[in-house]
Amino acid sequence: MEKFVKMVSTAIPLSIENIDTDQIIPARFLKATDKAGFGDNVFRDWRFHKDGSVNKDFILNDETYKGSILVAGDNFGCGSSREHAAWALAGYGLKAVISSFFADIFKGNALNNGILPIQVSPDILKSIMTTVTENPNTEISIDLQNQQLHLVNTDIKSTFDIDPYKKLCLINGYDDIDYLISNKEKIEAFEASRV
Amino acid sequence: MGKTLFDKVWDSHVVDQIENGPQILYIDKHLIHEVTSPQAFAELNARKIPVFRPKQILATADHNTPTKDQHLPVKDLLSRKQLKQLAENCEANDIEFYGLGHKYNGIVHVIGPELGVTQPGMTIVCGDSHTSTHGAFGSIAFGIGTSQVAQVFASQCLLLKKPKKLRVTVNGKLKTGVLPKDVILYIIAKLGTNSGTGYFCEYAGEVFENMSMEGRMTVCNMSIEMGARGGMIAPDETTFEYVKDREFAPKGEEWDKKLVYWKSLPTDNDAIFDQEYEFDGADIKPMITYGTNPGMGMKINEEIPALEDASFEKSLEYMGFKKGQSLLEQPINWVFIGSCTNSRIEDFRVAADYIKGKQKANNVNALIVPGSQQVAQQIIKEGLSTIFTEAGFELRQPGCSACLAMNDDKIPEGEYCVSTSNRNFEGRQGQGARTILASPLVAAATAIEGKIIDITKHLN
Ligand code: SF4
Repeated sequence: MEKFVKMVSTAIPLSIENIDTDQIIPARFLKATDKAGFGDNVFRDWRFHKDGSVNKDFILNDETYKGSILVAGDNFGCGSSREHAAWALAGYGLKAVISSFFADIFKGNALNNGILPIQVSPDILKSIMTTVTENPNTEISIDLQNQQLHLVNTDIKSTFDIDPYKKLCLINGYDDIDYLISNKEKIEAFEASRV
Repeated sequence: MGKTLFDKVWDSHVVDQIENGPQILYIDKHLIHEVTSPQAFAELNARKIPVFRPKQILATADHNTPTKDQHLPVKDLLSRKQLKQLAENCEANDIEFYGLGHKYNGIVHVIGPELGVTQPGMTIVCGDSHTSTHGAFGSIAFGIGTSQVAQVFASQCLLLKKPKKLRVTVNGKLKTGVLPKDVILYIIAKLGTNSGTGYFCEYAGEVFENMSMEGRMTVCNMSIEMGARGGMIAPDETTFEYVKDREFAPKGEEWDKKLVYWKSLPTDNDAIFDQEYEFDGADIKPMITYGTNPGMGMKINEEIPALEDASFEKSLEYMGFKKGQSLLEQPINWVFIGSCTNSRIEDFRVAADYIKGKQKANNVNALIVPGSQQVAQQIIKEGLSTIFTEAGFELRQPGCSACLAMNDDKIPEGEYCVSTSNRNFEGRQGQGARTILASPLVAAATAIEGKIIDITKHLN
């Protein structure tokens, strides 16, 4: 996994609540047996009309907004456990998602794929959403080490929480498998103790 | 201080606690299917890591399997490739696999319990959010992402922070025609889709105590729809009765030993939950959803609320409904009875009981999709198949089917489907499809009438 330390980027404001993983990547795209290519189909049914033509009204198709940060409405990533959703966001080039609430499984999946889910208060989310929507050139700086987020040239800033272990993993690019395997003796001892 | 059912099971599976970090949680059973496992196998292969405990893994093919002509090669090439990949991965790693046509094949959350693989006090995971279903037995069961599938392959463990505890108590007696599906749709409508996030939920009270195992599975299945990682119900005589003598259930002395342990699991009287909710069973009516998340539900004879909220309005627009509208008399062209929420024998008995001697309406396409081969056999054995086919319903072969429409079972754009599944998300049952979640009884009645009716008026 790639290391995550600091980033600065403009952002895409997606002001919809309860975005479920079926929207992030519809089920019909889950037939692949590898992780590549999901980025092409991220938010597929919102980006394209059924006849395949581009939905100009959808924010991801609006040239004004670009960047590797997604700002999304409350309860992002609910529904299915499909990690394909995280692969699709990462494949599209996103590195962080800011929302006022994330669903559990999605949050874990995102972290396991080097995407930082940043939870801020509903008020902060509102001001970020408004600022980014009104001024698409606004840059957001994210400092994982100090757990801080700042909208450059504004006074909008916020700290955010992250599990200390997960933070360590992201900063160093470690993953859980390495850690678990290094604990194999303990795991075997546990098995033996249970009978 | 006393312990909850959840504490007892969780704490007994903790291998180690990382300082300032998560715990290493031991996993007893790992269920896998074709969609969320290939990348995990690939990851292990690439890193040359062997599968640690293949005997604790069970595989089935369910998500994108066809529900017609299962004896023929799967037509969709990508699906066929994914299924073949699973078969090869299982073969190479010595994992038990119930593929298409196998007498134990079926939806992962239906076959685990019916084979006695699911047992009280276990930790069970699967790369599928509705793994919460297995919590009906008093086990800790939850969905995981593919990275975690790889972790369990490699170590039979997961790194997790212990979730908080929530209890939903429903006492009183359910009215006639109110099914377990209505109970859980009611709870989610009351609490909303993210009220459970960060929690593991225990369902307690008379309503669940008096519920069958099938009903408890329906309830626990949808725990994830209120955001909870999983749901649990304390094991009792109903549970033991269900598990006993099943294929992989403990036998003889082993059974007696297990039984003693299982009986020690229910929540202690003085245990404390982080959050509690209580409802009156008598207040619950047959439910339907009107929006695009399972929290947007109402009693069947109520009207759609008038909320001023952009996401709410977007949702109604997708569904083609208006604020304040009643859905009674709403014409419906599709009915789907199936999915891991409602595809067990009891669900089909309820439906058949209502359908018997009636004919489906001409405008309706009605699909009956059993959860497993065993359920399919039972449907035939009990004569339900005749009732369904004589009434004009289409009885299909087992699988996830129109629940997520990865196979050919799709609802056309713009059409309404009354479905016994668990998700009414945009496009869930096909691009542009509009899903209304309901119980098997409401679904059966809708198929007969060709429209939504107030089912309570038709019961005596
Ligand atoms: S029936 Fe639906 S919800 Fe259940 S496992 Fe299959 S796709 Fe998932």
